[in-house]
Amino acid sequence: MNKVKLTIDDKQIEVEKGTTIYKAAKQLEIEIPVLCYMNLEGLNIENKPGGCRICVVEVEGRNNLAPSCSTEVWDGMVVHTHTMRVINARRTVMEFILSDHPKDCLTCAKSGNCDLQNMAVKLGIREIPGQEYAEMSKYKTDFSPSIIRELDKCIMCRRCEMMCNDFQTVGALSAFHRGFQAAVGPAFEMDIEDSPCTYCGQCVAVCPTGALTEKDHTRDVINALSDPTKKVIVQTAPAVRAALGEEFGMEPGTLVTGKMVSALRRLGFDYVFDTDFAADLTIMEEGTELLDRLTKFLAGDKKVKLPILTSCCPAWVSFFEHNFPEMKDIPSTARSPQQMFGAIAKTYFADKISTKREDLVVVSIMPCLAKKYEAQRDEFKVNGNPDVDFSISTRELAHLIKEANLDLNKLPDEDFDKPLGESSGAAVIFGTTGGVIEAAVRTAYELHTGIKLDKLDFEQLRGFEAIRKATVDFDGTPINIGIAHGLGNARKLLEEIKAGKSEFHAIEIMSCPGGCIGGGGQPTHHGDSSILKARAKAIYAEDAGKPIRKSHENPYIIKLYEEFLGKPMSEKAHHLLHTCYFDKSRKIEID
Amino acid sequence: MITNLGGFKMSQHKQIRIALNNCGVIDPENIKEYIARDGYVALGKCLTEMKPQDVINEIKESGLRGRGGGGFPTGLKWEIASKNHADQKYVVCNADEGDPGAFMDRSILEGDPHAVLEAMAICGYSMGATKGLVYIRAEYPLAIKRLKVAIEQAREYGLLGKKLFETDFDFDIELRYGAGAFVCGEETSLIHSMEGLRGEPTIKPPYPAEKGYLGKPTNVNNVETYANIPIILRKGASWFNKIGTEKSKGTKVFALAGKVKNVGLVEVPMGTTLREVIYEIGGGIENDKKFKAVQTGGPSGGCLTEKHLDTPIDFDNLLAAGSMMGSGGMIVMDEDNCMVSVAKFYLDFTVEESCGKCSPCRIGNKRLYELLDRITQGKGELSDLQRLRNMSLVIKDTSLCGLGQTSPNPVLSTLDNFYDEYLAHVTDKKCPSGECKDLMTYFVIEENCVGCTACARVCPVGAITGEKKEVHYINPEICIKCGACEERCKFDAIIVK
Amino acid sequence: MTKIKTLADLERIKNELRSELDLESGLLNSENAVKIKVGMGTSGIASGAKDVMDFLIEALEKRNIEAIVSQTGDMGYSYAEPTIEVQKPGKDPVVFGDVDIKKADLIIEKYIKLGEELQGVIPVNYQTIDN
Repeated sequence: MNKVKLTIDDKQIEVEKGTTIYKAAKQLEIEIPVLCYMNLEGLNIENKPGGCRICVVEVEGRNNLAPSCSTEVWDGMVVHTHTMRVINARRTVMEFILSDHPKDCLTCAKSGNCDLQNMAVKLGIREIPGQEYAEMSKYKTDFSPSIIRELDKCIMCRRCEMMCNDFQTVGALSAFHRGFQAAVGPAFEMDIEDSPCTYCGQCVAVCPTGALTEKDHTRDVINALSDPTKKVIVQTAPAVRAALGEEFGMEPGTLVTGKMVSALRRLGFDYVFDTDFAADLTIMEEGTELLDRLTKFLAGDKKVKLPILTSCCPAWVSFFEHNFPEMKDIPSTARSPQQMFGAIAKTYFADKISTKREDLVVVSIMPCLAKKYEAQRDEFKVNGNPDVDFSISTRELAHLIKEANLDLNKLPDEDFDKPLGESSGAAVIFGTTGGVIEAAVRTAYELHTGIKLDKLDFEQLRGFEAIRKATVDFDGTPINIGIAHGLGNARKLLEEIKAGKSEFHAIEIMSCPGGCIGGGGQPTHHGDSSILKARAKAIYAEDAGKPIRKSHENPYIIKLYEEFLGKPMSEKAHHLLHTCYFDKSRKIEID
Repeated sequence: MITNLGGFKMSQHKQIRIALNNCGVIDPENIKEYIARDGYVALGKCLTEMKPQDVINEIKESGLRGRGGGGFPTGLKWEIASKNHADQKYVVCNADEGDPGAFMDRSILEGDPHAVLEAMAICGYSMGATKGLVYIRAEYPLAIKRLKVAIEQAREYGLLGKKLFETDFDFDIELRYGAGAFVCGEETSLIHSMEGLRGEPTIKPPYPAEKGYLGKPTNVNNVETYANIPIILRKGASWFNKIGTEKSKGTKVFALAGKVKNVGLVEVPMGTTLREVIYEIGGGIENDKKFKAVQTGGPSGGCLTEKHLDTPIDFDNLLAAGSMMGSGGMIVMDEDNCMVSVAKFYLDFTVEESCGKCSPCRIGNKRLYELLDRITQGKGELSDLQRLRNMSLVIKDTSLCGLGQTSPNPVLSTLDNFYDEYLAHVTDKKCPSGECKDLMTYFVIEENCVGCTACARVCPVGAITGEKKEVHYINPEICIKCGACEERCKFDAIIVK
Repeated sequence: MTKIKTLADLERIKNELRSELDLESGLLNSENAVKIKVGMGTSGIASGAKDVMDFLIEALEKRNIEAIVSQTGDMGYSYAEPTIEVQKPGKDPVVFGDVDIKKADLIIEKYIKLGEELQGVIPVNYQTIDN
């Protein structure tokens, strides 16, 4: 007997035992409003603390109202989702929540995209009784290079805490204080910069209000674009084109590459380039590094560090710097595509257009908030001048486009500028989990075996499972590949390596659910994981449609090596395209 | 309903000491004294003569209900835990007593710690647990010390540890300290706190009996519940269940406090009336003032009035009267107590002690408090009373755990029983008991005033004017109601009302 | 330390103790000794019970009165802390409330030495399971 029958709003349904009232109602197409609850289906990410109490329903025979998100059904249960008692309770609870929430919606970064605002609209809240004498909780605003925390706006939904602890295992956020003063933040109310935060931005991605937002750089970008003495270059990450359209009402999964280029050109960028170009460059460097280590390993060199770990994801880099500093020689030393692009733009390309480094401004459009932090790391600056000046998120780009009165839907498709705008399909799939390693395999395979691949789609590397394993046959040499998205999943693979039990030769790690398409800078998914899947699909579609699908076949990459870098892992390449990692572990002293 | 005294004499003594049997009698730091009063006989009997199910049956038959407040049948709780199989199970003693003015559990632990240890071992045997944990608040250093001594001594005597009474049953007990959060008296919060997590509740089910400490089946009872166990097993369920009322067996310990002459610990059979406790044991109201209300159940309970005085105390009667048994706090109020202020006092406590997890408790209680505060300042309006009630009902209806589900009870019960007093505050801007300072006005009685100017000189804010040898005047706009003038006046010329 | 292994062990130890202990008072039995128990719960101690206990031990010894002073838990009379129970040989125990050092001195001098009645006796107001 694993089925139970119940009645919801006079409709009968049979569901699996253990189903919650909310999910059972959903099957009946009865929508119960939820606020703190969030379920990214298929990703094993579910937040149901039962804290907001908006989703309460009446259950016959029960004294008080039941939170539908977390109450399991039983056989014969009779549920009423919208009685007057329920409606009054929801409204009163909502009034409570709003009575302790700032009313600065006009200028709030989340306005228009705020779950709390939407709920207030849905429940028809028009006034908050007693607001004039209601005390509001006050906290200091915490600024960091990537994330801004305005805890006055925190409604204790605990989504960020769940993402940070359960999914990412970063442990930077937890509830502190109690009662009316309770909020979520780093321990001892320290600043986020002093915490083990990796700036993955998943807390921002799930925050239903404006309590957690990105550090906005649109003003800096406008200033740069308005400055006639500056040449402003923009690079766009692969995941951006698969999500930007959502901000303009397009279906999730709509590719807007050409329209995005067109918009950027109209915004006044002097050169519209593609981070994908640098992704191809990453594959040349990282792939070569992999082959180098692999060849030595196969030749019996016991000192060589395997598995090699990808290093494109800045949150992941921070994560191992904080949590596994003893393993900082294992990841590839290759810089991320954003930083490779910046380094090439401010050297190779600056020379080409005979412009001084100081007169060039490199802006990156990223699905990511950690990229903001990465861009300002000291090792990526030359005499204090950063390789990438400003990194803005997909959301910030959407704001800029809207502000400039451009309707993305109506813009013509245009192409990236040359030379740093040319890329292969391999670079495009960097935007989704499994993509970096697939791109690396395409190149490493051909360079290692000398055989041309018939089939470029490595289906075994794709998908949304938390940890994936695959073995690719390199013409007789089986190469074991591991893939993890989410730092909690990455931690599992790292623990294996630490214990000497890892079977892998190469591991790809991305911090965000689904990879960069689910990044902290992307349009808000509001807990709908089908959006992430649609974006991934779009990424693979873009790859499939590209004339060149292998990084080492990108003619402008070939030219870059010929004209400038020499060969992968050359001294110049080392200087410009590789980096080193730091021990950022810290002990907290408690007096 | 007639209180059944079991085998006890109808005597002038209303109290029967079962849970407090050894309190104030034995030296709690000497296990010999406990053994001399038949200590550990019940454990020996259970281990050598009874099957675990027999023990559970005996407790079920005794009719013992949880003394922590909920009143859940103890035997049934043990049975559920016994039926959930796992490699490890836990017995937990909830010693996180936190109701304002309540100290029953502390007294038992300080006066008779072995009774609790023995009961926990018995519970462990009945449900198949080998490990016991006492969750005790760190603010109880003496109880902690005596528990530690008791555990040490019990281990020395082989009454805790391996192979107790030469059976295969092992049982040992450790202490876990609470940091003084009231909500950690709620069993899921308590378990989270013991696990080192934030002390906040989670939704039940799963109940601790299924998934408790470290995810294992766990039985949580409070101190007083355990203190009853050895005696029940020694004297038999049929001895115990003759005491008390039909649905509430045995006795209940109360911490009698407030405006009553003999404040202290009392233990009375269930079914004893409030009047008997307050007037016969408590000796009546202090200074022979008029009785106004009695608050039971701590911040979760309600205020009962004159008309409830002859209510026999038991779980169901108190609930029906709009209060609850709670863990045993009993605070008596007299005519000088303002009931709005009483409600405000409890809300202040709840606001402080809410964990903040769910919105109605975190914010709603704060709003209730603010509204009550305004009413006591004379800023309330008639419509506020309706809002008070609505907010209270919604907080009860929607809160996550027992704390929020009961925190508005002091408001609702005072609204029900003392509505006129609320009305006086919001419509006449008067506090009938005179407790709300903001609603008082100081007057000069003209015929008594001789114009000595003493009051004007002592007034810290210069609110009093008047020529020498002439009648003085207190400006209510300036007066801060400090009372200095009234104290200074030798002619009873200043009154407050 | 002998471990208790059976119910019989418990009974034996209990009987051994019984011969040493006076069950009524729960104190070591000595026929001619005055037995005094001081309520040493938190509230008793907070009201000064520890000082009273120290005083009693010292004063009784100095005044050559054979007595056994021991601590016990809260007797329940919070309104009259500190409380002590005094049992003279062959007499029923008597509980005194509000015992400060001055009163303790009075109890020794008047009640214990002379058998005079004193104010502040708290009558027993409960039944126990044994009666």
